[in-house]
Amino acid sequence: MPESLTRAIRWDTVVGALLIVLLLFSFGFVDGFGNALNLSFFLGNTLPIALIALPMTLLVVSGEIDLSVASTAGLSGAVMGKLWNDGMAIETIIPICLLLGVVCGLVNGLLVTRLGLPSLAVTIGTLAAYRGIAQIVLGSNAVTDFPTQYLDFAAGRFGDSFLPQAFLPFLVLLAIAVVVLHATPFGRSLFAIGASEEAARFAGIRVKRAKLLLFTVTGVMASLTGVFWALHYASARYDNATGLELSVVAAVLLGGIDFDGGKGTLGGAVAGVFLLGALQNVMSLLNVSAQSQIVVTGVLLVISVLGPRVARQIAIARAAGSPG
Amino acid sequence: MTHPSDTGTAPVLALEDVSKSFGAVRALRNVSLELYAGEVHALAGENGAGKSTLIKTLAGVHRPDAGRVLLAGEPVVFHGPGDARDAGIAVIYQEPTLFPDLSIAENIFMGRQPKRALGRIDHKATHAATLALMKRLGVELDPDRPASGLSIADQQIVEIAKALSFDARVLIMDEPTAALTGSEVARLFGVVRTLRDQGAAVLFISHRLEEIFQICRRVTTLRDGAWIASEPLDGMTEDDLVRRMVGRDLDELYPKQDVTPGDVALSVRRLTREGVFTDISFDVRRGEIVGLAGLVGAGRTEVARAVFGVDRWDAGEVEVDGKQLTSGAPSTAMAAGLALVPEDRRAQGLVMDMSIERNIGLTGLRTTVRAGLMDRGAERSRSLDWAVKLQVKYARIADTVSTLSGGNQQKVVLAKWLATGPRVLIVDEPTRGIDVGTKAEVHRLLSQLAADGVAVLMISSDLPEILGMADRVLVMHEGRLTAEIPRSEATEETVMAAATGRAAA
Repeated sequence: MPESLTRAIRWDTVVGALLIVLLLFSFGFVDGFGNALNLSFFLGNTLPIALIALPMTLLVVSGEIDLSVASTAGLSGAVMGKLWNDGMAIETIIPICLLLGVVCGLVNGLLVTRLGLPSLAVTIGTLAAYRGIAQIVLGSNAVTDFPTQYLDFAAGRFGDSFLPQAFLPFLVLLAIAVVVLHATPFGRSLFAIGASEEAARFAGIRVKRAKLLLFTVTGVMASLTGVFWALHYASARYDNATGLELSVVAAVLLGGIDFDGGKGTLGGAVAGVFLLGALQNVMSLLNVSAQSQIVVTGVLLVISVLGPRVARQIAIARAAGSPG
Repeated sequence: MTHPSDTGTAPVLALEDVSKSFGAVRALRNVSLELYAGEVHALAGENGAGKSTLIKTLAGVHRPDAGRVLLAGEPVVFHGPGDARDAGIAVIYQEPTLFPDLSIAENIFMGRQPKRALGRIDHKATHAATLALMKRLGVELDPDRPASGLSIADQQIVEIAKALSFDARVLIMDEPTAALTGSEVARLFGVVRTLRDQGAAVLFISHRLEEIFQICRRVTTLRDGAWIASEPLDGMTEDDLVRRMVGRDLDELYPKQDVTPGDVALSVRRLTREGVFTDISFDVRRGEIVGLAGLVGAGRTEVARAVFGVDRWDAGEVEVDGKQLTSGAPSTAMAAGLALVPEDRRAQGLVMDMSIERNIGLTGLRTTVRAGLMDRGAERSRSLDWAVKLQVKYARIADTVSTLSGGNQQKVVLAKWLATGPRVLIVDEPTRGIDVGTKAEVHRLLSQLAADGVAVLMISSDLPEILGMADRVLVMHEGRLTAEIPRSEATEETVMAAATGRAAA
């Protein structure tokens, strides 16, 4: 039965399998991949993508997108650097940065839900705006002298193991996101909103409230990522995390989250994130230039949008001749 | 007048012992059909009886596995829809697909516009040719109007004109009246009679039996893909036809039970949404079925949407069981015990890509919860329970609703809302586009709900349905309530008079 076969082969399982194949290949054939230090680099460098991919997955499932996340992260890092330079305590600065994330997310969310603008357009606008504000705040300065215990936590690993310390909080956030999306009434309503916003409204689901909440959470996570980025690389600059939104969106779509909303699993999205992260790590080890890596990310993005559609076309072509 | 079939001339188009299977499904089994010039022929059958497959076979979309298609007595093979069109066969669908930004004339002559020198389009000639077509149809439509503003009825006229411009001799009309109002149906029938008198053969499909008797001379009935009968309608009753379609005696189509109305459950006072409806006041009592009639565009659906909260209202009050609702808040309306089965089940009633289980579950997101998480066991048993109670026909409860027939989809929408245990149920066109068997089931269900004390407000463009089911009929005309007619006085005439604004309340 080809029908039950295509139903069994789900896209997110395919991505998970690809990730395993890539990891096995890299352990076997890529020099320097398998040692603990490199693995910790791979995981640490992938964390920013992974952190933002969590709320982004929920957002795309509900049929929206946020392209301003990397700029929010950059702005948050810039404000952090500026306030640190001004002598404020880091324990005060970080909550302020997270609050700033709330504001950035709220602005996106209000523009989308109150004015009914498409999120793609709104967040391309705020992508430019937030980055611009970051530059106004910090200029071309780089702030590097954050307290060592914070830097150590953001860059360190458990002993000589491959596991970055910052990975633990991520796992907690991942668990929360999985439960929210796949086990709560709220998560269920997101799938309904993404698949048919009108039908969701007619079922009494508060569509606008849900979307506003998601944009806000995305803003907070982006700003948390900005804080992590500045500490992890020990450098707060206005252009931190530039282009990260491309990686996040590529990873989420690669993980089988339907761009049109209503379909996908967080497991798939996370597999997509680490597939992309591993690929970037391997390319660096093979001395592929940063520019070429962006090309690869872009091509992956196109493929991940195209892949499921082509698969669907093939399924339709196969089904031709059945009742229609 | 002698019928063409009596004179010995060959039918314009015929199917002879045609069979067609899709995998294991035998969609058509030895079906024969003869269409004669100058006749309107009905094709009857429940959903899934094979009507669509038969139409697609005539239109060249499907090729029969066995049997022949005869054109003027000669066997033909259509290799695609283009072949059928060139042979003079045109299909008019329920919802036409025109280019919205092009004019009527441009839509009709798309790709075949009369040309002037240097290949420039001759707008004058196009305009004139369109006017001539409209005149033949006896309809007044401005050829230069853009298609985007046209009603579905007008769009169908454009499609028919387009078919004529291809010299169509056979017109297949697939449920053309499903979305039309009474007066629009009358105009369409005028056009169909004109075409018939000009010698066209028309194959007419409708779920509304009275329309079949009104306009058709003969009927071919299909059941489960098999040919049941081709016979003159003269001397047949609606019950005879229903019996052929369902293969058994059908319970009464309008099984209305007598009830004594209880307390007011839904109270609407001076409700106004600017530019849409004005000053609407009415009550629905427990146990009552109140019909809301009117022409399409009179504002009936809009009132229902506002009452439920999907749209805001500008002034007025809505109360459910004495509890005041807030404007624009469906969740509060639901909590107060209001349910709305919306008019467009595919876009509003259901998430088409979701399973039956989860669609029914969508109204239970607040109840099938344990410790803040979805209680999947409770969700499944709630959905199964209601799917079974409403006799939804499905393979697996986890199948997406898009795999179901229209009638079964409507039952899922009803299940979804009945599962909330509503005190007030608003149904908007509850039986549009569903077969007569399911229609009777839905009516029995509504009647039973009312008997159990639910207050039912039923919007319908199907006048016999309103007259057959409603205890009282409210009528709207251009955004206002124009009449309230008790069951004893409600007739087609009194309701239509109020709906068209010819009588004051």
